[in-house]
Amino acid sequence: MTVAVDQSPAASIRLKAGRRGRRLDSNIVSYLEALPLTLILGAFLLLPILMIAVVSFWDYDFASMYPDFLTMNYVETLGSWVTWKTYLNTLKFALLVWMITLIAGFWVAYFLAFHIRSSAMQMVLFLVCTVPFLTSNIIRMISWIPVLGRNGLVNSTLIEMGLIPAPIEWLLYSDFAVVLAMVHLYTLFMVTPIFNTLMRIDRSLVEAARDAGASGWQVLTNVILPLAKPGMAIGTIFVVTLVMADFSTVQVMSGGQSASVALMMKNQMSLLQYPAAAANAVVLLALVLLMVAGILRVVDIRKEL
Amino acid sequence: MTKTTAVTKGISRRSLLKTGAAAAGFAAGSGVITGFPTIWAQNPITLRQFGTGVSNLNAIADKCKEDLGITLEMTATDSDAAAQRAVTQPDSYDIADIEYWILKKVFPSGAIQPMDTSKLKFYDKVVPLFITGKLTPESEIAQGTAPHTVGFVEAQDSKTFAKEPTQWFTMMPTIYNADTLGIRPDLVGRDITSWADILDPAFKGKTSILNIPSIGIMDAAMIMEASGQIKYADKGNMTKEEIDKTIDFLIKTKQAGQFRAFWKSFDESVNLMSSGEVVIQSMWSPAVAAVRSKGIPCVYQPLKEGYRAWGGGLGLASHLEGAKLDAAYEYINWYTSGWVGAYLNRQGYYSAAMQTAKEYMSADEWGYWVEGKPAQGDILAPDGKVMEKAGAVRDGGSFDERMGRVACWNSVMDEDRYMVRRWNEFIAA
Repeated sequence: MTVAVDQSPAASIRLKAGRRGRRLDSNIVSYLEALPLTLILGAFLLLPILMIAVVSFWDYDFASMYPDFLTMNYVETLGSWVTWKTYLNTLKFALLVWMITLIAGFWVAYFLAFHIRSSAMQMVLFLVCTVPFLTSNIIRMISWIPVLGRNGLVNSTLIEMGLIPAPIEWLLYSDFAVVLAMVHLYTLFMVTPIFNTLMRIDRSLVEAARDAGASGWQVLTNVILPLAKPGMAIGTIFVVTLVMADFSTVQVMSGGQSASVALMMKNQMSLLQYPAAAANAVVLLALVLLMVAGILRVVDIRKEL
Repeated sequence: MTKTTAVTKGISRRSLLKTGAAAAGFAAGSGVITGFPTIWAQNPITLRQFGTGVSNLNAIADKCKEDLGITLEMTATDSDAAAQRAVTQPDSYDIADIEYWILKKVFPSGAIQPMDTSKLKFYDKVVPLFITGKLTPESEIAQGTAPHTVGFVEAQDSKTFAKEPTQWFTMMPTIYNADTLGIRPDLVGRDITSWADILDPAFKGKTSILNIPSIGIMDAAMIMEASGQIKYADKGNMTKEEIDKTIDFLIKTKQAGQFRAFWKSFDESVNLMSSGEVVIQSMWSPAVAAVRSKGIPCVYQPLKEGYRAWGGGLGLASHLEGAKLDAAYEYINWYTSGWVGAYLNRQGYYSAAMQTAKEYMSADEWGYWVEGKPAQGDILAPDGKVMEKAGAVRDGGSFDERMGRVACWNSVMDEDRYMVRRWNEFIAA
């Protein structure tokens, strides 16, 4: 005993020294650990964004860009009704696609998480959901054209069945077609995170709710939905950012009839109006960041991860 | 094809290293240089060519390899991307295969060097359209960026275009055509004679124009002028007021539901037409051929107001020098020597050196494609597929009838930036 008592101050000193040394070390270690990501994000994310921001103030003509500090690109962008209309249109797509994918995504995830008993079957069915993603985005989008066209599958079937006298025109090259294709493309981005959070919900909570006399609906609205919020928020971030940045779906499915912010940027870039496109990109980035910040304010996604 | 003097001078150790041509068995300064084909075989030269898809054909690269030993690396892009690349990545290509309106934008940036007409073997065979702007002495010069207006510069290092032909040629013209509207004769149900027919209420929701601003605005101008709403001083170089009027008119027409879609790529235009989504639209001639090859009737309808023409050529990148520059000249001379011209003529385009191409075509092919005569036998596409049956006559007739009735050329306007902004409004409206 005495020996042990004698040893203890020395031991504790050694321990302190050791701890201090380790703390210094661990500081360096954590910096080192953060270094690769810092470098990658710095070089491939921050720097490009900074360059875009800088270029957005430059002057330009067809052939080249001239370093300058002009607000002209912003004035032209924000001062034009086209920009506002295009942003509104893009936000409209984002809202519609978000609502539909949220409902559909939750539905699918709920079914997978709570109605499929074996976890093997859950994984199989989840993988089935991802099968369409083995082909390219463009292919999945373009395959809608022969389905929805004036003489496409849907119209010819309906006409043959005698349900409609003439082809429905708004199936293709319309906002409907754009939203349909986007929902098809992006629902999985909603399913995956929601499925993930639903799988983490402790089943005993559901049992407890039932024991306390909750109905199925009450379990859903009072237990599952609140706990699924982080997954919904992550899915929302995915879907909203994807839709806000989309240009090919809008271009192809609306037949060029409709505009989106990214499409507007692409038009500008293809005509070498980089500073104008950069100004647009900065505005879009600010808007999307605000939206993401808003989502994160409503839902604490770290809470349930 | 033996040319000795220029070559020996051209090959320096530096340019050899530069082209990465340290071929085995070739001793620098050995002096055993006898003729071009041998040289390129000993000292493999690769030319990187990029341009709009129309003439970036593998068959041309294969034949070039066979005839000259020069390897052609070709990249095809759409016209906007081509303009962009020509200016922003001048070192990424050796030969620019671009249209004249693109050249007008690109040349002042210094990415393209003018060529010496004395080194161009077939310069005198070039159709006068590209030299004086007139197909025949009495024809009228069309509006827009007519190739001859950007065809020459005053001196080798000049960046401004010359008014008259000089020794310095900006691009060797290679391919051109006259564009008009494509129609589905089985679905329009009446004769189509004017650009304004696309506005017929009977075709509401069944028309399309292309969504490439610089070309789309020209089609729109042809339509608007044909409908009698405006008379342009120069469709190819509109004033702000003219642009405003044109775009406002387009927006009105769009909101009335006249258009089904706006296409951006070749395949989109083919699909719109063959699926019956549209019955009359802006179209390019190979797209018409593609629709027809599916067994669906489609006519490249000549219209009374004339054609909207376009033309492209080969330009030399500024960084070319020494052996590579000589190889590039050799390639351009080969390109215009007939085989390629015949190949392009058979696709429904026109070659700039018509007389050389004629030697590589059968009398029947020449008659059908160029003279507008009924085909005696079946007309085959370059890949051997039957394109037209015996007895067929080309839409629009002969070369002179088609190219002689050009109303305007594809162009780039002084108010380009304003036009693009307004065009974006039209698409967003």
